Amino acid sequence: MSTYKVPTMAEMAGKGESPEVLFWVGCAGSFDDRYKAVTQAFVKILNKVGVSFAVLGPEEACTGDPARRAGNEFLFQMQAVANIQVMNGYNIKKVVTACPHCFNTIKNEYPALGGKYEVIHHSQFLQQLINEGKVALQGGGEFKGKKITFHDSCYLGRANNVYEAPRDVIKALDVELVEMKRCKTKGLCCGAGGAQMFKEPEPGKKDINIERTEEALATGASTIAVGCPFCLTMMTDGVKNKEKEAEVKVYDLAEMIAKDMGI
Amino acid sequence: MSFLPQLIFLIILGAASFFLIKRVKFLRRNIFLGKSETRNDQPDKRWKTMLLVAFGQQKMFKRFIPAFLHFFVYVGFLVINLEVLEFVLDGVLGTHRLFAPFLGGVYTAAMNLFEFLAFTVLLSCVIFLIRRNVVKVPRFTKPEMKGWPALDGNLILVIEIVLMLAILTMNATDQILAVRGAEHYLVVGNLFFSGILHPVFTGMSTESLIFVERASWWFHIVGILAFAIYVTYSKHLHIFLAFPNTWYSNLKPKGEMENMPAVTNEVNMMLGIPTDAPADPPAEIGRFGAKDINDLSWINVMNAYSCTECGRCTSECPANLTGKKLSPRKIMMDVRDRAEEVGKSLDAGGKGLEDGKSLLGDYITKEELNACTSCNACVEACPVNIDPLAIILDMRRYVAMEESGTPQQWNAMFQNMETSFAPWKFSPQDRFNWAEQVKEEEIK
Repeated sequence: MSTYKVPTMAEMAGKGESPEVLFWVGCAGSFDDRYKAVTQAFVKILNKVGVSFAVLGPEEACTGDPARRAGNEFLFQMQAVANIQVMNGYNIKKVVTACPHCFNTIKNEYPALGGKYEVIHHSQFLQQLINEGKVALQGGGEFKGKKITFHDSCYLGRANNVYEAPRDVIKALDVELVEMKRCKTKGLCCGAGGAQMFKEPEPGKKDINIERTEEALATGASTIAVGCPFCLTMMTDGVKNKEKEAEVKVYDLAEMIAKDMGI
Repeated sequence: MSFLPQLIFLIILGAASFFLIKRVKFLRRNIFLGKSETRNDQPDKRWKTMLLVAFGQQKMFKRFIPAFLHFFVYVGFLVINLEVLEFVLDGVLGTHRLFAPFLGGVYTAAMNLFEFLAFTVLLSCVIFLIRRNVVKVPRFTKPEMKGWPALDGNLILVIEIVLMLAILTMNATDQILAVRGAEHYLVVGNLFFSGILHPVFTGMSTESLIFVERASWWFHIVGILAFAIYVTYSKHLHIFLAFPNTWYSNLKPKGEMENMPAVTNEVNMMLGIPTDAPADPPAEIGRFGAKDINDLSWINVMNAYSCTECGRCTSECPANLTGKKLSPRKIMMDVRDRAEEVGKSLDAGGKGLEDGKSLLGDYITKEELNACTSCNACVEACPVNIDPLAIILDMRRYVAMEESGTPQQWNAMFQNMETSFAPWKFSPQDRFNWAEQVKEEEIK
């Protein structure tokens, strides 16, 4: 019996190897207690399927997205240029990440600073693995036949027009996918984008995540699926606020696939 | 035959053209108060976007009822303008229904089509008035719509209703006169919608009918010319600017923020990376981010002039929906108001941009800017591809880099990123700790 492997780029380079794809973990995936479980679920899937991957480990730094959205272009570019130097140093060609903010920044904003990679979101990566038959779904897991709703992350959806990949992943689990009233191009933000994750909201009559959670709960779904660490936090907090955490769970797509695979 | 009406018509036409040209120059200069920006890549895609979004009304149809009603007004505007050509020629040449003898049955059909459209425009405008003033659709009653914007919206609808009534009245009296054999009047055949009005006028004397018919004709054509000038003061400018505005749409992914090369040069210098920046930096480095309209791109300012204040952006903004001060529509209205203010000041020999005021502070507050989640709902919702988010983010850049005025919690996040390379205060050495547990787990 062997254990899961999480090779770093440095280790691989030391052996003169290079992986097919860099898994960009992101800050939430590295430090947020809840999202670490998503990172772990995703590397388990990668191990199980036999994908040649590596992470940057301690060499990774924040992409700079929240600094840029909060207006601090200097700080953003300092982060970006340093990351690009590391990635170009390893001659990285393809990046997969479970964070739509990292996805958007590396895919769309790093090229102007000299970082040109093929970047995909983990929902797209999972969709490909499922389509290629590499992920053997059992379909009889805890989600079978359950009502599941998907909350579109703004940085995946409107920002980059990825709407179908996460839905295809969910459908592959043999579940009933139910849509919220505001979905896809009309999806309502969880409230955390644009660096809102890092400050209290402005004065208002309601928090955005509560508005969105109410909509998700109205579908009657027992699981709210997300594909973004900030959305995961906001929706989880919303469900707790509504005291529904016993009946309704918030999961990332990778966790759902890993659960179904029994890993 | 007296040439007096022709002379009066020519004077009115000339005066209207003079004012219109003056107004267009004013608007053009205001738009170009914004910074220069070249955005003419992918022309094929740009023409296609314009055809679909502006000409084809594609994004309007996300909300069917207003789209349907708006479509009638839009088609009415496009098609009835063909009739205005005949009006102008009749006015200049002193003729009456110049095209009728040449077109015969086609003319009758065209008139019936125009009347049908005039009727649907009229009906739609009445429904729009009800939506604004009786039903009070929420997006029309937001705080930024108080005063002139509300009056402007109602005035446009009333003017359009009155202009359409003038066409129908003119055709009704014209045909009654033609049937009576009055001089100059031609029978053009059965006109359905103005025919409905016949009972109102049949009891009138020929002289009275001629008066009503002429008055309607003059009212309609002078009304259209006056309306054309009014439009340049109004949110209704979208009827023209929607076309260039969609041509100059942002074709990049919506999530992408424009890079700031000036910052890249400095960052590269700090990190000792060779740059292709000129050895002598420009003597005057512009401001970072946007404080006033001249810091924005001219496309941002054109966006503001293209905005018809429909409020679809604001009605889908998560911040606005939950009671925050931010309204993307207000951002666009503020940009336009500031551009107008500066333009008027410049024309009066005033201080223009140096009047001690600015877009930030006097029009848009930090509270509004800080409430944005950059979710792009406003950008997606806009039927003419206006981008309020670009303006918000550019203004945040000014606040952060020129004023160091970001909220305290964001400053803390900046500090964490500088010291720990993450927005939270964690040790960078711990970044890879998540893997320890999973590395010990056996593969099932």
